[in-house]
Amino acid sequence: MADALFLAISVLTIGSAIAALEMRSLVYGSIALMGTLGGVAGFYVMLDSPFVAMFQLAVYVGSIAVLILFTVMLVKRELIFKKIEDPKRKFAGIGLMLIVILALGAVIMDSGIKTISTDSEPVDFREIGGDFLTYYWPALILMALILAGSVMGALVLARREDTIENEQ
Amino acid sequence: MSNELIEFVLISVALLGIGIYGLAVKRNAIRMLFAVEIIVNAANLNLVAFARFMPHSGGQTLALFSIAIAAAEVAVGLALIIVAYRMYKNIDIADFRSLKG
Repeated sequence: MADALFLAISVLTIGSAIAALEMRSLVYGSIALMGTLGGVAGFYVMLDSPFVAMFQLAVYVGSIAVLILFTVMLVKRELIFKKIEDPKRKFAGIGLMLIVILALGAVIMDSGIKTISTDSEPVDFREIGGDFLTYYWPALILMALILAGSVMGALVLARREDTIENEQ
Repeated sequence: MSNELIEFVLISVALLGIGIYGLAVKRNAIRMLFAVEIIVNAANLNLVAFARFMPHSGGQTLALFSIAIAAAEVAVGLALIIVAYRMYKNIDIADFRSLKG
């Protein structure tokens, strides 16, 4: 059965996921999103994967959440506090959410996953490092190129052309 | 290992449902990006949970790749939102229907 720590982290994760979508202010919403991402990092620690948890904290909570906060700051003040949604679609969305959760939950509860538990030793993070440098090295280089390309693309997209014209 | 696999999978399903709700209902571009992030995190949680119970290192490696690619996706997505905001002075995606160069 689930222990108290697991329950606490799941309440934090799911509660702040709902808060991230439903809070009126986008700033508080992005802080609540940080709570969700940190809660998922807590699950990774419970799953004996400290390496992924550290990566999650560094990349998601550290950089992505700060990037989102800065983007929110660039948006006009009244847009940050305005809720933009269709009231009609809200009920359809809640229905869709319940259908997805109930259907997938029923399928999972009915499957053999319920009986799976393990007593084996967790995977050592040294093994992951070895995998990265031996079997997955082409994927690692490709990922570096994708990251560099996407950062350059983001910079080119977000550049302001009018300031350059003003200087000339 | 006190927790079982099904508990992590059910949390992942709940996060997926919340993310789908956000994508379906919200028209705010930044909030839709929040919903995408929540769905990606649900997928990563599944990967790591199954990797723990196999046990195999492949799931964790794939989760690390997924986190890095998600970072790239957010950078480009936020840049696109800023460009669209500059053109339309709004972040409502209903206004982005007539996107032109």
